[in-house]
Amino acid sequence: MNDILSSMRVVVVTMLVCVAGYTTLILGVANALTPETARGSLITDGTGEVIGSRLVAQGFTEPRYFWPRPSAVDYDAAAAGGSNLSPANPELTDRAETIIAAYGVDAVIPADLVTASGAGLDPHISRDGALFQVARVAEARGMNADAVRGTIERLAFSPGGPFTQDRIVNVLELNLALDADTGTGA
Amino acid sequence: MDAVFLVTLVVGGTALLSWPLGRYMAWAMDPGTDNAATRLFAGISGATGTQDWRRYVTALLVFNVAMFTVTYLILSFQQVLPLNPDAKGALDAHLAFNTAASFTTNTNLQHYSGEVSLSYLSQLGGLMWLQFVSAATGIAALTALARGIAGRETMGNFIIDVQRASFLVLLPLAVIVASYMAIMGMPMTLQGAAQAITLEGAAQTIARGPVAAFLTIKQLGTNGGGFFGPNATHPLENPSFWTNTVAMACLIIIPMGCVWMFGRIIGRPRHAAVVFGVMLVFLVAKITDSVWFETAPTFALRDLPVEQTVGNLEGKELHFGTAGGPLWAVLSTSTSNGSVGAMHDSLNPLTGLIPMTGMWLNATFGGVGVGMINMFLYIIVAVFVAGMMVGRTPEYLGHRVEAREVKLAGMALFLHAFLILGGTALFAATVWGQGATQDPGAHGFSEILYEFTSAAANNGSGFEGLGDGTAPWNIATGIVMLLGRYVPIILPLAIVGSFMAKRRAAESAGTLGVEDATFATMLALTVIIFGALTFLPAAALGPMAEHFSLAN
Repeated sequence: MNDILSSMRVVVVTMLVCVAGYTTLILGVANALTPETARGSLITDGTGEVIGSRLVAQGFTEPRYFWPRPSAVDYDAAAAGGSNLSPANPELTDRAETIIAAYGVDAVIPADLVTASGAGLDPHISRDGALFQVARVAEARGMNADAVRGTIERLAFSPGGPFTQDRIVNVLELNLALDADTGTGA
Repeated sequence: MDAVFLVTLVVGGTALLSWPLGRYMAWAMDPGTDNAATRLFAGISGATGTQDWRRYVTALLVFNVAMFTVTYLILSFQQVLPLNPDAKGALDAHLAFNTAASFTTNTNLQHYSGEVSLSYLSQLGGLMWLQFVSAATGIAALTALARGIAGRETMGNFIIDVQRASFLVLLPLAVIVASYMAIMGMPMTLQGAAQAITLEGAAQTIARGPVAAFLTIKQLGTNGGGFFGPNATHPLENPSFWTNTVAMACLIIIPMGCVWMFGRIIGRPRHAAVVFGVMLVFLVAKITDSVWFETAPTFALRDLPVEQTVGNLEGKELHFGTAGGPLWAVLSTSTSNGSVGAMHDSLNPLTGLIPMTGMWLNATFGGVGVGMINMFLYIIVAVFVAGMMVGRTPEYLGHRVEAREVKLAGMALFLHAFLILGGTALFAATVWGQGATQDPGAHGFSEILYEFTSAAANNGSGFEGLGDGTAPWNIATGIVMLLGRYVPIILPLAIVGSFMAKRRAAESAGTLGVEDATFATMLALTVIIFGALTFLPAAALGPMAEHFSLAN
């Protein structure tokens, strides 16, 4: 009986301190120091309309935009998920063949462009994956391919700084930069 | 090269940090004489006096029943409770049972998707609260076990211990790490989902929430339940290489610190160092295997014009680096955490075997508190076998290990195997399991095996292709999680209770040493023979069969 009463008192106090107190404190820290990322790293256009999150992939299909990695949930950021297919599952082969046909480029395709990420929302593609798409994007925009390549090189980064070798690029930021360069876009 | 750096940083760096943490934890959990904190916690709870093992276990169970009940009620009535900006509806009763059992037992198996099904109150007041107090339950149990082995007259007081673990160990660490995570770009808001119109004019709903606070305690308390369905692969739950790296360190730091705390309370830090070394050898071996196997390219793409040199990228994020996925998988399953940084179902077959091995052993660091308790069971068996081999009465630190203690240890280890293999057999033989698998053949069997392994080991990760959201799965894994949590806490405390009732022998030159390489070898062999070999036939039917079928 004493155990029950003591337990109830500890339930109440841990709720107050570890849930209410802790959450409020971290909310305060986050919104004081990094208010923009605390709300989900949202990007707005000139009129203040939200056009997406810097951290969340969106499903580009038009030729003038760089395309992201495939998504098992069709870039649904309200119900994210991976394919969960075993690496030998023939569905992966079929999906990759469809994607390779959509690109229509007669070259070896970087692996990240034909594999879905864990959450289906990976905002990045590899630098190679971006260079692979330069010809299509440059043609659709009537731009010089070297100018497009220059934008990729400017935005490509190493995720672990000096500690990782592969470079990656944020697809939404890349597409926004190109829209700014050519004065097009939404 | 990237991989070597990352592994050294995360495992080596965390191992170094765990030593001062263990020292602090010993001070916080077992201050000896009354101090201000102890008096405060006694005042808060009204709990006084000390407990023998039976009363300690009773208080632990009563508190855990309260944890389960409160969370079950919050989950069941979330649709009418506050903090529900996205108007989430009611949960099925069997799903609420499974989820409450899952988070009460420190498992965090998730048969729902957080951003789809749960209100912010359910996430914070139900689940995140349990991520604190269920972890604290494990740390308290280890503290009591260590006090008994140290030869104290009582095990202490559970109600006081659980507050020490919550307020003095978990909370300060969580505040530091969650602040870091927020500053490094993780969301922390109570606003509902954001609505965006993409560059191509499509509508996109972006779920968000108080993620930084939730992720942090999920990592530190070996809980593992993600705020979002795909856990730490979600870019809002793990935005960068540096959040990923610190999150991986958080997976193992308290389980590592628990070993040092145990050594300090029993007064034998060198013994703790030997146990730590054995655990570390297993951990590094698993990491090496896993990172290596995952460098093989995705098998389904082998005949296509796809670059084959970057390893298997299915289910992985690019910004964690090449070794991020498999390293996280090993750390998360060596401890009983179960959060994921890559989709385990899409790992190469032999990579997928390594997480299962981690959960079968469940003691190569293991869950907060309970990992060291599981290793204690292996120590008892190792001491007993060693004693039999040389023909002396087995003793552990002067405590005589006799038939009763070995029976109890054997029962706890046997139960783990029985829950995993029995559950897998039942579901693999019936439509409950056969109708739920996603992939054909051996991989489908692996999905069932993994789910029961994860439930029994209180891990919570999964081969998520499995359709496990149905009533049979919710009820069966719910029961497995409860048995897999409490029996391996109660039986070791009973063993130590039995030690405490006996006269302790003085250690002499003839006593088995527990601080040397001989003991380390004996312990490692015991873990391999009693822990791993039990599961070899099941491993052969699942991941190994899949691997060899692909090799041809």
